Amino acid sequence: MTYLYIFAIFIIILSFVKSREKTYKGFKVAWKKLKKILPSFTKMLIAVSVILYLIPESVISKYLGGSNLFTGTLLGSIFGSITILPGFVAFPLSSVLIDKGVSYTAVASFTTTLMLVGIITFPVEKEYFGWKLSLTRNLVSYLICIIISIIIGIFYGELII
Amino acid sequence: MSKDKIINIVLIAGYFIFLLFSYITDFRIGIEIGGNFIDFVKSMLTILPIAFILIGLFEVWIDRKTVEKYFGHASGYRGYFWAIVLSSTTVGGAYVAFPVAHALFKKGAKLSIILTYIGSSALTRIPMTIFEASFLGLKFSIIRLLVSIPLVIFSSIFIGRLFKNKIRVNP
Repeated sequence: MTYLYIFAIFIIILSFVKSREKTYKGFKVAWKKLKKILPSFTKMLIAVSVILYLIPESVISKYLGGSNLFTGTLLGSIFGSITILPGFVAFPLSSVLIDKGVSYTAVASFTTTLMLVGIITFPVEKEYFGWKLSLTRNLVSYLICIIISIIIGIFYGELII
Repeated sequence: MSKDKIINIVLIAGYFIFLLFSYITDFRIGIEIGGNFIDFVKSMLTILPIAFILIGLFEVWIDRKTVEKYFGHASGYRGYFWAIVLSSTTVGGAYVAFPVAHALFKKGAKLSIILTYIGSSALTRIPMTIFEASFLGLKFSIIRLLVSIPLVIFSSIFIGRLFKNKIRVNP
Protein backbone atom coordinates (compact mmCIF):
# COMPACT_ATOMS: atom_id res chain seq x y z
CA MET A 1 0.00 0.00 0.00
CA THR A 2 2.81 2.42 0.89
CA TYR A 3 4.49 1.45 -2.36
CA LEU A 4 1.30 2.18 -4.25
CA TYR A 5 1.24 5.70 -2.82
CA ILE A 6 4.94 6.30 -3.49
CA PHE A 7 4.55 5.04 -7.04
CA ALA A 8 1.42 7.11 -7.67
CA ILE A 9 2.97 10.30 -6.29
CA PHE A 10 6.03 9.73 -8.47
CA ILE A 11 3.85 9.22 -11.57
CA ILE A 12 1.70 12.25 -10.81
CA ILE A 13 4.76 14.50 -10.40
CA LEU A 14 6.31 13.13 -13.58
CA SER A 15 3.10 13.67 -15.51
CA PHE A 16 2.70 17.15 -14.06
CA VAL A 17 6.23 18.17 -15.05
CA LYS A 18 5.70 16.87 -18.59
CA SER A 19 2.30 18.44 -19.14
CA ARG A 20 0.10 20.20 -16.65
CA GLU A 21 -2.85 20.06 -19.04
CA LYS A 22 -2.65 16.32 -19.66
CA THR A 23 -2.40 15.66 -15.94
CA TYR A 24 -5.60 17.57 -15.25
CA LYS A 25 -7.23 15.70 -18.11
CA GLY A 26 -6.09 12.42 -16.53
CA PHE A 27 -7.66 13.44 -13.22
CA LYS A 28 -10.88 14.19 -15.05
CA VAL A 29 -10.85 10.77 -16.71
CA ALA A 30 -10.23 9.20 -13.30
CA TRP A 31 -13.14 11.07 -11.73
CA LYS A 32 -15.46 10.13 -14.61
CA LYS A 33 -14.59 6.45 -14.29
CA LEU A 34 -14.97 6.52 -10.53
CA LYS A 35 -18.40 8.11 -10.82
CA LYS A 36 -19.45 5.53 -13.37
CA ILE A 37 -18.72 2.51 -11.20
CA LEU A 38 -19.82 3.98 -7.89
CA PRO A 39 -23.40 2.58 -8.00
CA SER A 40 -22.37 -1.01 -8.80
CA PHE A 41 -19.54 -0.63 -6.32
CA THR A 42 -21.89 0.41 -3.53
CA LYS A 43 -24.20 -2.48 -4.37
CA MET A 44 -21.28 -4.91 -4.23
CA LEU A 45 -20.22 -3.64 -0.80
CA ILE A 46 -23.79 -3.86 0.47
CA ALA A 47 -24.20 -7.41 -0.82
CA VAL A 48 -20.86 -8.50 0.59
CA SER A 49 -21.53 -6.92 3.98
CA VAL A 50 -24.77 -8.91 4.24
CA ILE A 51 -23.43 -12.17 2.80
CA LEU A 52 -20.35 -12.14 5.02
CA TYR A 53 -22.60 -11.67 8.02
CA LEU A 54 -24.69 -14.70 7.00
CA ILE A 55 -21.66 -16.90 6.26
CA PRO A 56 -19.36 -17.12 9.27
CA GLU A 57 -15.62 -16.64 8.69
CA SER A 58 -14.90 -20.17 9.86
CA VAL A 59 -16.99 -21.59 6.99
CA ILE A 60 -15.29 -19.33 4.45
CA SER A 61 -11.80 -20.26 5.52
CA LYS A 62 -12.80 -23.91 5.70
CA TYR A 63 -13.95 -24.10 2.08
CA LEU A 64 -12.04 -21.29 0.41
CA GLY A 65 -9.07 -20.96 2.74
CA GLY A 66 -5.54 -22.27 2.61
CA SER A 67 -6.33 -25.60 4.21
CA ASN A 68 -8.61 -26.67 1.42
CA LEU A 69 -7.00 -25.43 -1.79
CA PHE A 70 -8.72 -27.88 -4.10
CA THR A 71 -12.31 -26.95 -3.20
CA GLY A 72 -11.39 -23.28 -3.01
CA THR A 73 -9.82 -23.22 -6.44
CA LEU A 74 -12.61 -25.28 -7.96
CA LEU A 75 -15.33 -23.06 -6.47
CA GLY A 76 -13.41 -19.92 -7.39
CA SER A 77 -13.02 -21.02 -10.98
CA ILE A 78 -16.69 -21.99 -11.28
CA PHE A 79 -17.84 -18.62 -9.93
CA GLY A 80 -15.37 -16.87 -12.20
CA SER A 81 -16.48 -18.76 -15.29
CA ILE A 82 -20.21 -18.25 -14.90
CA THR A 83 -20.37 -14.69 -13.63
CA ILE A 84 -19.70 -11.41 -15.36
CA LEU A 85 -18.21 -8.87 -13.01
CA PRO A 86 -16.15 -5.86 -14.03
CA GLY A 87 -12.56 -5.93 -12.76
CA PHE A 88 -13.30 -2.69 -10.95
CA VAL A 89 -15.63 -4.66 -8.71
CA ALA A 90 -13.89 -8.05 -8.73
CA PHE A 91 -10.52 -6.98 -7.35
CA PRO A 92 -11.82 -4.99 -4.38
CA LEU A 93 -14.12 -7.94 -3.65
CA SER A 94 -11.13 -10.27 -3.81
CA SER A 95 -9.17 -8.15 -1.36
CA VAL A 96 -12.10 -8.35 1.07
CA LEU A 97 -12.18 -12.13 0.63
CA ILE A 98 -8.44 -12.41 1.27
CA ASP A 99 -8.87 -10.41 4.48
CA LYS A 100 -11.51 -12.95 5.49
CA GLY A 101 -9.11 -15.85 5.03
CA VAL A 102 -9.70 -16.95 1.43
CA SER A 103 -6.51 -18.27 -0.18
CA TYR A 104 -4.64 -16.38 -2.89
CA THR A 105 -4.89 -19.53 -4.99
CA ALA A 106 -8.69 -19.49 -4.88
CA VAL A 107 -8.78 -15.76 -5.56
CA ALA A 108 -6.45 -16.19 -8.54
CA SER A 109 -8.68 -18.89 -10.00
CA PHE A 110 -11.68 -16.61 -9.51
CA THR A 111 -10.19 -13.45 -11.06
CA THR A 112 -8.48 -15.16 -13.98
CA THR A 113 -11.48 -17.26 -15.06
CA LEU A 114 -13.62 -14.17 -14.66
CA MET A 115 -11.52 -12.44 -17.30
CA LEU A 116 -10.64 -15.30 -19.61
CA VAL A 117 -13.47 -17.84 -19.49
CA GLY A 118 -16.95 -16.70 -20.43
CA ILE A 119 -19.92 -19.03 -20.24
CA ILE A 120 -22.41 -16.18 -20.36
CA THR A 121 -20.55 -14.41 -23.17
CA PHE A 122 -20.25 -17.69 -25.10
CA PRO A 123 -23.22 -16.94 -27.40
CA VAL A 124 -21.57 -13.66 -28.39
CA GLU A 125 -18.20 -15.27 -28.99
CA LYS A 126 -19.84 -18.06 -30.99
CA GLU A 127 -21.41 -15.54 -33.32
CA TYR A 128 -17.98 -14.26 -34.24
CA PHE A 129 -15.82 -17.38 -34.30
CA GLY A 130 -18.14 -20.38 -34.46
CA TRP A 131 -18.86 -22.76 -31.60
CA LYS A 132 -15.96 -25.16 -32.13
CA LEU A 133 -13.26 -22.54 -31.89
CA SER A 134 -15.03 -20.75 -29.05
CA LEU A 135 -15.45 -23.97 -27.07
CA THR A 136 -11.80 -24.90 -27.57
CA ARG A 137 -10.65 -21.41 -26.58
CA ASN A 138 -12.73 -21.48 -23.40
CA LEU A 139 -11.59 -24.96 -22.40
CA VAL A 140 -7.93 -24.16 -22.99
CA SER A 141 -8.40 -20.86 -21.17
CA TYR A 142 -9.84 -22.66 -18.17
CA LEU A 143 -6.73 -24.82 -18.06
CA ILE A 144 -4.52 -21.73 -18.26
CA CYS A 145 -6.37 -20.21 -15.32
CA ILE A 146 -5.84 -23.33 -13.23
CA ILE A 147 -2.11 -23.31 -14.06
CA ILE A 148 -1.88 -19.62 -13.07
CA SER A 149 -3.66 -20.37 -9.77
CA ILE A 150 -1.32 -23.27 -9.02
CA ILE A 151 1.75 -21.09 -9.60
CA ILE A 152 0.27 -18.27 -7.50
CA GLY A 153 -0.34 -20.88 -4.79
CA ILE A 154 3.29 -21.99 -4.93
CA PHE A 155 4.63 -18.42 -4.73
CA TYR A 156 2.38 -17.56 -1.80
CA GLY A 157 3.42 -20.67 0.06
CA GLU A 158 -0.13 -22.06 0.07
CA LEU A 159 0.67 -24.95 -2.20
CA ILE A 160 3.63 -27.04 -1.25
CA ILE A 161 4.97 -29.58 -3.67
CA MET B 1 -35.79 7.22 -14.85
CA SER B 2 -35.41 3.60 -15.86
CA LYS B 3 -36.84 0.74 -13.85
CA ASP B 4 -33.37 -0.54 -12.93
CA LYS B 5 -32.37 2.82 -11.56
CA ILE B 6 -35.45 3.00 -9.34
CA ILE B 7 -34.81 -0.51 -8.01
CA ASN B 8 -31.20 0.46 -7.29
CA ILE B 9 -32.16 3.56 -5.38
CA VAL B 10 -34.82 1.72 -3.37
CA LEU B 11 -32.37 -1.09 -2.51
CA ILE B 12 -29.54 1.22 -1.50
CA ALA B 13 -31.80 3.57 0.44
CA GLY B 14 -33.54 0.61 2.10
CA TYR B 15 -30.20 -0.76 3.22
CA PHE B 16 -29.10 2.49 4.84
CA ILE B 17 -32.47 3.01 6.50
CA PHE B 18 -32.14 -0.51 7.90
CA LEU B 19 -28.67 0.31 9.25
CA LEU B 20 -29.82 3.59 10.78
CA PHE B 21 -32.81 1.86 12.35
CA SER B 22 -30.50 -0.86 13.73
CA TYR B 23 -28.18 1.67 15.34
CA ILE B 24 -31.10 3.50 16.94
CA THR B 25 -32.79 0.39 18.30
CA ASP B 26 -29.52 -1.37 19.07
CA PHE B 27 -30.38 -4.22 16.71
CA ARG B 28 -27.28 -6.43 16.78
CA ILE B 29 -27.51 -7.98 13.28
CA GLY B 30 -27.84 -4.59 11.62
CA ILE B 31 -24.97 -3.13 13.62
CA GLU B 32 -22.70 -5.99 12.64
CA ILE B 33 -23.61 -5.66 8.95
CA GLY B 34 -23.03 -1.92 9.20
CA GLY B 35 -19.65 -2.56 10.80
CA ASN B 36 -18.72 -4.81 7.87
CA PHE B 37 -19.78 -2.12 5.43
CA ILE B 38 -17.81 0.63 7.16
CA ASP B 39 -14.69 -1.58 7.25
CA PHE B 40 -14.92 -2.20 3.50
CA VAL B 41 -15.55 1.44 2.67
CA LYS B 42 -12.51 2.47 4.73
CA SER B 43 -10.16 0.10 2.94
CA MET B 44 -11.66 0.99 -0.46
CA LEU B 45 -11.24 4.71 0.12
CA THR B 46 -7.53 4.32 0.72
CA ILE B 47 -6.96 2.55 -2.59
CA LEU B 48 -9.73 3.41 -5.03
CA PRO B 49 -8.91 7.10 -5.78
CA ILE B 50 -5.19 6.41 -6.30
CA ALA B 51 -5.89 3.45 -8.59
CA PHE B 52 -8.27 5.51 -10.70
CA ILE B 53 -5.83 8.43 -10.96
CA LEU B 54 -3.17 6.05 -12.28
CA ILE B 55 -5.63 4.62 -14.80
CA GLY B 56 -6.71 8.11 -15.87
CA LEU B 57 -3.12 9.23 -16.43
CA PHE B 58 -2.40 6.04 -18.32
CA GLU B 59 -5.26 6.67 -20.72
CA VAL B 60 -4.26 10.26 -21.31
CA TRP B 61 -0.61 9.48 -22.04
CA ILE B 62 -0.91 6.37 -24.18
CA ASP B 63 -1.30 7.01 -27.88
CA ARG B 64 -3.31 4.09 -29.18
CA LYS B 65 -3.11 5.15 -32.80
CA THR B 66 0.65 4.49 -32.88
CA VAL B 67 0.13 1.06 -31.37
CA GLU B 68 -2.55 0.17 -33.91
CA LYS B 69 -0.31 1.26 -36.76
CA TYR B 70 2.47 -1.04 -35.59
CA PHE B 71 0.07 -3.94 -35.15
CA GLY B 72 -1.12 -3.55 -38.73
CA HIS B 73 2.39 -3.89 -40.13
CA ALA B 74 3.82 -6.47 -37.78
CA SER B 75 4.26 -10.06 -38.89
CA GLY B 76 5.85 -13.22 -37.54
CA TYR B 77 6.80 -13.29 -33.88
CA ARG B 78 6.53 -9.51 -33.74
CA GLY B 79 2.82 -9.95 -34.43
CA TYR B 80 2.41 -11.64 -31.04
CA PHE B 81 4.31 -8.84 -29.36
CA TRP B 82 2.12 -6.15 -30.88
CA ALA B 83 -1.05 -8.16 -30.24
CA ILE B 84 -0.18 -8.06 -26.55
CA VAL B 85 0.79 -4.39 -26.60
CA LEU B 86 -2.41 -3.50 -28.45
CA SER B 87 -4.63 -5.47 -26.08
CA SER B 88 -2.80 -4.17 -23.00
CA THR B 89 -3.81 -0.67 -23.92
CA THR B 90 -7.41 -1.63 -24.71
CA VAL B 91 -9.94 -0.06 -22.40
CA GLY B 92 -12.91 -2.40 -22.59
CA GLY B 93 -13.04 -6.10 -21.81
CA ALA B 94 -14.04 -9.08 -23.91
CA TYR B 95 -17.02 -7.22 -25.34
CA VAL B 96 -14.64 -4.88 -27.10
CA ALA B 97 -12.08 -7.57 -27.87
CA PHE B 98 -14.37 -9.93 -29.83
CA PRO B 99 -15.54 -7.43 -32.47
CA VAL B 100 -12.02 -6.00 -32.85
CA ALA B 101 -10.52 -9.48 -33.13
CA HIS B 102 -13.13 -10.46 -35.68
CA ALA B 103 -12.43 -7.34 -37.75
CA LEU B 104 -8.69 -8.03 -37.67
CA PHE B 105 -9.30 -11.64 -38.67
CA LYS B 106 -11.37 -10.61 -41.66
CA LYS B 107 -8.55 -8.30 -42.69
CA GLY B 108 -6.31 -11.35 -42.88
CA ALA B 109 -4.48 -11.47 -39.55
CA LYS B 110 -3.30 -14.91 -38.44
CA LEU B 111 -5.67 -16.87 -36.19
CA SER B 112 -2.98 -17.47 -33.55
CA ILE B 113 -2.30 -13.74 -33.35
CA ILE B 114 -6.01 -13.00 -33.07
CA LEU B 115 -6.32 -15.53 -30.23
CA THR B 116 -3.34 -13.95 -28.51
CA TYR B 117 -5.12 -10.64 -28.79
CA ILE B 118 -8.31 -12.03 -27.23
CA GLY B 119 -6.47 -13.85 -24.45
CA SER B 120 -4.26 -10.98 -23.52
CA SER B 121 -7.03 -8.42 -23.68
CA ALA B 122 -8.55 -10.48 -20.88
CA LEU B 123 -5.36 -10.94 -18.89
CA THR B 124 -2.86 -8.18 -19.59
CA ARG B 125 -4.95 -5.03 -19.84
CA ILE B 126 -2.88 -2.39 -18.07
CA PRO B 127 -5.73 -0.39 -16.46
CA MET B 128 -7.10 -3.63 -15.04
CA THR B 129 -3.66 -4.72 -13.88
CA ILE B 130 -3.14 -1.39 -12.10
CA PHE B 131 -6.36 -2.08 -10.28
CA GLU B 132 -5.38 -5.65 -9.49
CA ALA B 133 -1.96 -4.61 -8.15
CA SER B 134 -3.53 -1.88 -6.04
CA PHE B 135 -5.85 -4.32 -4.30
CA LEU B 136 -4.03 -7.65 -4.34
CA GLY B 137 -0.44 -6.45 -4.32
CA LEU B 138 2.24 -5.97 -6.95
CA LYS B 139 3.66 -9.45 -6.30
CA PHE B 140 0.36 -11.04 -7.27
CA SER B 141 0.10 -9.08 -10.51
CA ILE B 142 3.71 -9.67 -11.56
CA ILE B 143 3.50 -13.43 -11.04
CA ARG B 144 0.16 -13.57 -12.79
CA LEU B 145 1.37 -11.55 -15.79
CA LEU B 146 4.63 -13.45 -16.18
CA VAL B 147 2.75 -16.75 -16.13
CA SER B 148 -0.17 -15.71 -18.33
CA ILE B 149 1.67 -14.10 -21.23
CA PRO B 150 3.64 -17.19 -22.34
CA LEU B 151 0.63 -19.44 -21.69
CA VAL B 152 -1.61 -17.24 -23.82
CA ILE B 153 0.91 -17.19 -26.69
CA PHE B 154 1.60 -20.95 -26.60
CA SER B 155 -2.07 -21.89 -26.36
CA SER B 156 -2.92 -19.50 -29.20
CA ILE B 157 -0.30 -21.08 -31.44
CA PHE B 158 -1.62 -24.51 -30.46
CA ILE B 159 -5.27 -23.66 -31.19
CA GLY B 160 -4.20 -21.80 -34.32
CA ARG B 161 -2.57 -24.98 -35.67
CA LEU B 162 -5.54 -27.10 -34.62
CA PHE B 163 -7.96 -24.94 -36.56
CA LYS B 164 -5.73 -24.18 -39.51
CA ASN B 165 -7.82 -24.19 -42.72
CA LYS B 166 -10.79 -25.43 -40.72
CA ILE B 167 -12.32 -22.17 -39.78
CA ARG B 168 -14.85 -20.14 -41.62
CA VAL B 169 -15.31 -16.64 -40.37
CA ASN B 170 -18.89 -15.61 -39.94
CA PRO B 171 -19.37 -12.52 -42.05
